[in-house]
Amino acid sequence: MNWLIAILQTTLFVVLAPLLAGWVKWCKCYLQNRKAPSLLQPYRDLIKLTHKQPVVSEQASWLFVTAPYIIFSATVLAASVVPLIAVDLPTTASADVIVMVGFFAFARFFLALAGMDIGTAFGGMGSSREMTISSLAEPAMLMAIFTLTMTASTTNLSGAIAHVLNDGLVLRPSFVFALFALILVAIAETGRVPVDNPATHLELTMIHEAMILEYSGRHLALIEWASQLKLLLYGVLIANIFFPWGIAETFTAKALGYGLLAIMGKLALLAIFMAITETLVAKMRLFRVQEYLSFAYLLGLLGMLSHIILEASR
Amino acid sequence: MILTLAYGAVLLSFTSGLLALMMNQRQNLLELSQYWFKKFPDSSQFGRSVLEKNLKERRYPHALRQAVFVLLGLSGVFAVLAGLSVLISEGVLTDQLGFGLPWLPWHVRFDGLSGFFFLIIGIAVCAVSLYGPGYVSSYKENEHPFAVLGLFTGLFVAGMLLVLLADDAFFFMIAWELMSVASYFLVAFQHENSANRRAAFLYLLMAEVGALAIILGFGVLASFSDGFTFDALRESRLSVTWASIAFMLALLGFGMKAGIVPVHVWLPEAHPVAPSHISALMSGVMLKVALYGLIRFCFDLLGDVHWQWGVVLLILGTLSALGGILYAMMQPNLKRLLAYSSVENIGIIFMVLGLSMIFMANGHPQLAALGFLAALFHAFNHALFKNLLFLGAGIIHHQTHELNIDLMGGLIKKMPQTSKLFLVGCMSISALPLFNGFVSEWLAFQTALQVDVLDNGVLRSLIPVAAAALALTAALAAACFVKVFGLIFLGQSRSRNSQKAREVHDKGMLAGPALLAGLCFFIGIFPGVIIYLINNVSGQLLGQTLPNDTASGWLWLAPVTAEQASYSAPLVLIGALIAAGICYWYLRRNPLTIMRRAETWDCGFGGLTPRMQYTSSAFTMPFRRIFAKVWIIDEQINKDMQGAMDQDVAAVHYQLHIQDHSWPRLYQPMAKGVNNLAKQVGRIQTGNIRTYLGYSFATLIVLLWVIS
Repeated sequence: MNWLIAILQTTLFVVLAPLLAGWVKWCKCYLQNRKAPSLLQPYRDLIKLTHKQPVVSEQASWLFVTAPYIIFSATVLAASVVPLIAVDLPTTASADVIVMVGFFAFARFFLALAGMDIGTAFGGMGSSREMTISSLAEPAMLMAIFTLTMTASTTNLSGAIAHVLNDGLVLRPSFVFALFALILVAIAETGRVPVDNPATHLELTMIHEAMILEYSGRHLALIEWASQLKLLLYGVLIANIFFPWGIAETFTAKALGYGLLAIMGKLALLAIFMAITETLVAKMRLFRVQEYLSFAYLLGLLGMLSHIILEASR
Repeated sequence: MILTLAYGAVLLSFTSGLLALMMNQRQNLLELSQYWFKKFPDSSQFGRSVLEKNLKERRYPHALRQAVFVLLGLSGVFAVLAGLSVLISEGVLTDQLGFGLPWLPWHVRFDGLSGFFFLIIGIAVCAVSLYGPGYVSSYKENEHPFAVLGLFTGLFVAGMLLVLLADDAFFFMIAWELMSVASYFLVAFQHENSANRRAAFLYLLMAEVGALAIILGFGVLASFSDGFTFDALRESRLSVTWASIAFMLALLGFGMKAGIVPVHVWLPEAHPVAPSHISALMSGVMLKVALYGLIRFCFDLLGDVHWQWGVVLLILGTLSALGGILYAMMQPNLKRLLAYSSVENIGIIFMVLGLSMIFMANGHPQLAALGFLAALFHAFNHALFKNLLFLGAGIIHHQTHELNIDLMGGLIKKMPQTSKLFLVGCMSISALPLFNGFVSEWLAFQTALQVDVLDNGVLRSLIPVAAAALALTAALAAACFVKVFGLIFLGQSRSRNSQKAREVHDKGMLAGPALLAGLCFFIGIFPGVIIYLINNVSGQLLGQTLPNDTASGWLWLAPVTAEQASYSAPLVLIGALIAAGICYWYLRRNPLTIMRRAETWDCGFGGLTPRMQYTSSAFTMPFRRIFAKVWIIDEQINKDMQGAMDQDVAAVHYQLHIQDHSWPRLYQPMAKGVNNLAKQVGRIQTGNIRTYLGYSFATLIVLLWVIS
């Protein structure tokens, strides 16, 4: 039964990911006075791509063709670790939050390699930038997460969320710092404005798009889906760690349905915030990103120190 | 029995070294065999035919090389067996050998810690001896005699094994010196280049200074005890000051060999110039022997550790880890890069060892055991994947005659097997899940996260910062090895040599790395095997093992408690296979959407050339900018102008030179100081015999006065 719900939850993750991307786009269009595409447009795009014949460069090796499958399944595995609608699932016990970060690294490793496989300048550029940004973002993210895990004294995400849930609404300074750090990291890691612009093509500023420029057809669909999934994952992390209320603690149909509604509501709100910032803020220069990420790291560190100095049990 | 296995390993490696000396003795052997057959005409026909076949002119060198490496491989197998059996039986075996001076027999002790490092050496030696015959066959006998290489390889391995067996300071130092000196000759093997001689000398110099520090460390301990056996040293009771002095000396000595910042400078010089299978042994194994020395000295001989030592190790380790990987990133030479990455990994090990000491001194032996476990596990993993990467680098060098990664590219299509093995190495060293590097890093994080139990506020805020540095190190390592794999194997060939490269034909050269790659994956999925072994070590050494969380079974890794953290690699692997299987099956079921190959998109301009690809310096440019203070960067851009008024750019020359801070800051002043001192001393050496007679006379008078 538990395993069934775990699989159901992972499937939900995969299914809901394009919806969130569609919703963000819808909000942005509304704010920018444009006519919004349907909420289901990302689904249509994905279906269209899977039906197309992929065109692969003559230079490509087996790595280029396998990488999309690896990237997608690594991201799905990362998703299976994060509680979406219910806590205390068996999948969360088999891998903790460090493993989740490890899976992101796994996917990124292959994405960057795939970018370099064709041997164009764009691919190398994208890979180099992606690895730079992620290597700065990863410590910042772990700092924020460690603050949480030390408070809950477990690196198991499910356990950590249950801990926050049971503690009730306590305003911890460390959590405020960690929340902001995690938001900054999430924006950088999912390639949103102001770090990267998902809508851009053929600009020298692009990062994610530069790596996947050579992909088409089902390969592109998988990579796009994986990046939508990653966006959803970060959203769920922020929503469920810092505002876990509503998540199902028992596996009854009512609790689960309630949990689903709660997380969708939280994500919808979060997406609106994101759309607003993306509308208000311009993309920054590449070499400003390090300052941005050092700031995130600093916030994470402050969170950690304030936990140790102010809140620890002794 | 177990000791016999261990002795067997040492003897076999000695014998393999001695056998290599027979390289130039074919004629004598031929005569000897003829004499033998004449004298005993009824000796076994089979042995006779084999001997005669192998003594033929053309076959002889090949057969001898095979025999030498078979013996070396057997020595590795024996070492693995000895290590495993002592670990499983949890015994401590002691013995005395009547070598050396009459009143100083060699004391031998074989316990869990030695056994674990025996295991590491054994595996590495096995892989190397599979790989060796193919690799050394490219050396020309008259330029690079195999006798030298084989002899010193055997002595080197024997020296390392003896260090682990030693149970008194004299024997330890003899074995240590055997290891150092033998490896010096191996580094200097290709001595026709002056750079190689210089590197070898630097290595020897630092090895000897380190050995001096170790001797002094033993001396401090011995002056508080009666004798130089480790049993006596264990009994010594030192004041905190003296214990700290001994610790610092040991740290300097063993740290020099292990290559922690700032005494790491010999590593990136010596490793690239040694033959690849030797650099694999040096980087993968010899650094571990230094680690063994430090663990033996601190945890066993000194006994009660102090948390301040842990902090020193933690800080040095963090510096080494970050510095190592940042320097590694900037190297265009593959083997130099790997050498710097060894500095990084040793840094990680020292860091976790420091944590273990801190927990130990603060009265949390169980957490100390966790840190110890993470440190030893990472040492084991590093031996596996660094060996793998060095052997892979050897294959690449063998096939392309290049070590500069800027001149490679596209090898994935030309060397498919090598590329897969190298990819496994890159993934393990980048700490990606499902591979062994991840498990030890995960354990290191788990150790660091237990900081809440400490009372000391400074430590409680220092350790999380170190954990974040560890995270940064891991992420940078991933970036670095994406660069390495991407530039070497992916893209288009950047030089004619790599254009012409072919897959290596020798099966053994692939089998060695394949063994290591298989172990990397196996340990990544079933880390419990190694954890069980290390638990026995920490049970003997620290008197504390990790709780065996039997409730969750052998599939799970739950170092503290299952509530706090757990990781089950087999389940994760199954999940990964299911996820990948479903999307693969679903997306490829339609035959109409099979792939189509087309030209690479070139923005419509046409003519993509290999030179348009990112190079090593281009890939690392953002890092160079962000961490600019870490290196001494000398970047020059010169433009050749032409045309009217010299306004058109004809060519651009870009030069980049990156240097380690430790040279101008630490070593050059030191060298200058030594030179000045030598000049001062030189003043009293006039070269005049009468002055020297005067000195002797004065010395005699002083001595007589002292005695009387």
